[in-house]
Amino acid sequence: MTQASFDATAARTRCQRYRRRILDMSQRVSALHIGGAFSCTEIVDCIYNALMRNPGLSSPDTFLMSKGHGCMIQYVVLEALGVLTKADLDAYCTPHGRLGVHPDYGNPGIEASTGSLGHGLPMVVGMALAERGKRRDGMIYTVLSDGETQEGSTWEAVLMASSLKLSNIVAFIDNNDFQSLGRTSETHPSLYPLAAKFDAFGWETAEIDGHDPAAIYRAVSTRKGDRPLMVVARTTKGKGVSYMENAPIWHYRSPNKDEYAQAIRELETQA
Amino acid sequence: MRNTFSETLYAEATANPDVYIVVADISPAGSMAKFSSEYPERFINVGVAEQSMIGIAAGLALKGCQPFAYTIATFSLYRPFEMIRDDLCYQNLPVTVVGMGAGVIYSTLGGTHHTQEDIAIASALPNMQVLAPCDPLECVEATRWCARQKNGPVYLRIGKAGEPVLTAQAEPWQFGKLRYLRRGSEVCILTYGVITAMATDVADKLAAQGRSVSLVSAHTLKPLDRDGITAALQQHRHVVVIEEHVPQGGLASQVKQIAWDVRATCRLDTFTLQDAFIHNYGSTNDLLAAHGLSPERILAAIS
Repeated sequence: MTQASFDATAARTRCQRYRRRILDMSQRVSALHIGGAFSCTEIVDCIYNALMRNPGLSSPDTFLMSKGHGCMIQYVVLEALGVLTKADLDAYCTPHGRLGVHPDYGNPGIEASTGSLGHGLPMVVGMALAERGKRRDGMIYTVLSDGETQEGSTWEAVLMASSLKLSNIVAFIDNNDFQSLGRTSETHPSLYPLAAKFDAFGWETAEIDGHDPAAIYRAVSTRKGDRPLMVVARTTKGKGVSYMENAPIWHYRSPNKDEYAQAIRELETQA
Repeated sequence: MRNTFSETLYAEATANPDVYIVVADISPAGSMAKFSSEYPERFINVGVAEQSMIGIAAGLALKGCQPFAYTIATFSLYRPFEMIRDDLCYQNLPVTVVGMGAGVIYSTLGGTHHTQEDIAIASALPNMQVLAPCDPLECVEATRWCARQKNGPVYLRIGKAGEPVLTAQAEPWQFGKLRYLRRGSEVCILTYGVITAMATDVADKLAAQGRSVSLVSAHTLKPLDRDGITAALQQHRHVVVIEEHVPQGGLASQVKQIAWDVRATCRLDTFTLQDAFIHNYGSTNDLLAAHGLSPERILAAIS
């Protein structure tokens, strides 16, 4: 189901470009979630550019962004794939635009409306069931936030996915260890170790560095494949810009001109 | 009505491989066991997990299926309300949320199992359509319509068991239109759902008094047939609404709004559940009577 080879260096270059594009958009409007988009940049890149077959509007596979607040990264990847246009992204959060802070079903490449947490995985289970019922081989990919694992509805779906043996689900947790009020591991220490919870519920699991493109790809390409897969990805909120990393304020605000310039400089050194 | 729903859905699922049912640990009834054994891949029991019941139904619909989400009304609508709003209504998906045993049918189980506010809650949601058949025959029509429509989400409010057939001689069922079970010229009784049996009793007794009575099933609560309601208000001297629902946001309050809008001059009386939880136990009629919904009280008030 995955590509035969994966160029991790090219992935890093793409991710640097995506982050820069998000920063550019941040200078036009103040409504976005940079921190959460940067933490799952490599994961979303890998899903679209390495895992999904023929990514775009005609793909037999599906990507549902369960952590809807991270959708800036989805928008810029869809723009790079030609699904969304520059004009779409330039009009982000404006009266003339169709893209908002959370993904909205009906827009090109957006498979479901998300934004309220804990909705994605139940819909993924339904999609996976439909693929099986229609005798199709479509894979369903999704990215959850670690905060979403506090929603009971997520665990309802975790239980169903393995009970129904939905091996066509590949899910990632963008485990950046942050929610609005602080570190997830501090507010909910009993959530950890996280992968063990999914393992106990009958999922295949993997734990990886979520900013290592090769590791992300390897976790999926080497799976056994007879159960739903949950990849717990250790990530850093705001990854790639020093002053944003692990700083909860970047869940909300946009960089000013000086901060923007510094962020661009830092990203360029990582290319 | 529960068995009729199951049998109708089984027939629809036989004709259409995209029909799915997602249930939340509801006991099989009617043809539901046949559905689950013949189409196991399309009969999904999520267990006691109503939020995922709705989310899974949404995911099925997003991939082109025609799902029903089915359990006791309080749990199908109230428990997963935000999933119904965001996953079904916001995305405008053709999923039918079936509220079984709505109203105070579960009369001895207490307020946790009473569905007194469902019409108002469901109707407040953009894109949501609301159907409440009055007898098993209307339940067949409504279920068929739900299984074949692509307009968007539906809340289908049905009874449970033992509802009498009331519409054998009625006009054809049509989505979004009032349905006259009988036509008269003086008094018009507007009602819907299981309490239509009581409304029929009231109509019979009024007729025995020599009154010319219309009896109308307002089975489609949303979109409500405003033109039909207007005609009923203009063509009868006295309109009576009988409703197993709180006073807010149901048929009674909507008929009052329309009456004001069209400057209706008829007499208008409404009989609903009170704005209160019910702590009484007994039969369904015992509970309704505790809130003033009995043929005797209604007749005394309108005669």
